[in-house]
Amino acid sequence: MTTAPANYTRALDLVTRVRGVRGAMLVSADDGIIVAEQLMEGIKGPAVAALAASLATRLRRAMEAAGVGASLFWHLQAEQGALLVVPTAGGTLVVAVAEPDVNVGLVRLELLRAGEVVG
Amino acid sequence: MAEEIKTLSSQLAQDPDSLVFLRLGELLRMKGQLDAAQRVAVTGLDRHPHLPDAHDLFARILADKHDYERAFDEWDMALRIAPDHVGALKGLAFLYFKVGDLAQAAAHLEAAQRVAPADASIAQALAMARGGESPPSPTAPEGEGEPVALPASDAPTERAPPPPPPGAAQPLEEARVFAGLEGAQEGLLLLDAAGRVLGGALKDPGGRDVTDAVAAYLAGVSQEAARTAKLLALGRWTGVAAEGNGGHVHLTAPTGDALLLVVRDRAVPMGRLAIIAQRAAVAARRWLEKHA
Repeated sequence: MTTAPANYTRALDLVTRVRGVRGAMLVSADDGIIVAEQLMEGIKGPAVAALAASLATRLRRAMEAAGVGASLFWHLQAEQGALLVVPTAGGTLVVAVAEPDVNVGLVRLELLRAGEVVG
Repeated sequence: MAEEIKTLSSQLAQDPDSLVFLRLGELLRMKGQLDAAQRVAVTGLDRHPHLPDAHDLFARILADKHDYERAFDEWDMALRIAPDHVGALKGLAFLYFKVGDLAQAAAHLEAAQRVAPADASIAQALAMARGGESPPSPTAPEGEGEPVALPASDAPTERAPPPPPPGAAQPLEEARVFAGLEGAQEGLLLLDAAGRVLGGALKDPGGRDVTDAVAAYLAGVSQEAARTAKLLALGRWTGVAAEGNGGHVHLTAPTGDALLLVVRDRAVPMGRLAIIAQRAAVAARRWLEKHA
């Protein structure tokens, strides 16, 4: 577990308390490095963070080029779970790893709230 | 009718959860007040998203507005919720007929006939479809000299939408991404693993072609999504849904290497975007098989 400022811990708590969330991370969008995390054992945080940041960059650029504006929330759906991400204005990605039956709307809401806490 | 609209509006204001919005929306549609009808239908759908009649109502309004792509989606949604919904079956039959897919039109009418065997209008429409004769719009009146076919609702209509212009099938075919990827020139893109455009095109809200720029940024996304899902032991990735300030995006992999992008404005809910993407993926797979 990474040592983190109190507001980071509070932000991550908002996300991880949702049923079906296996873990959450704050990731630097620029370099894909973990700023803080609360992940279940076995999740390869650094690698996932790097890929999430790379995907976030590609999506942001593609969406801006398409004229739909910056990405507010995105969601990688897979057969056995999901990765949900909210980019913050300050260049941090709030990332959640979730079970397939998670309430996506609720996680989105908490990610957005966490994003406000992180800034 | 004006009095009834007033009464229903008042009832709805008092009880926003009431189902009177169905009748109110239909009356407004029949009066030709399509924007007002749409507002009523959309508000009703917000409160009753799983009510097939609400999707059917919205579809008829959209069909009156010649927004056939969204009408298709709404009727399709109604059928997903209620597979025997006669209004939706007739509506889809009409749209299939418009794009020249007579087999699908007939299949939907046959399904409608199984549900409502006493409905003579379905038999007539079926005969017309099988004969290649154009049935009227599902929202058209059962007027004098008009073949009685494909009425979308049990309520009689008083207003006919403008007749489709000659060749009206083409815009629908182009707009329906699932009917042929090459026709979708605004919000649908099929790419290979390297980001090369295989089909479709993309325009920004200003109408500028942004196909190549977007494709370049998306090169490699499919592989990264797959790697991320693998690292997390999530199995096969099935899609990426993204919400932007001015629109929504859905990415999916119709085949292992290809990437399909669907873009719509924010008025299209993410759930519906996923359905559009699923259909587009089916069409993409067919297209890719054909062009392999």
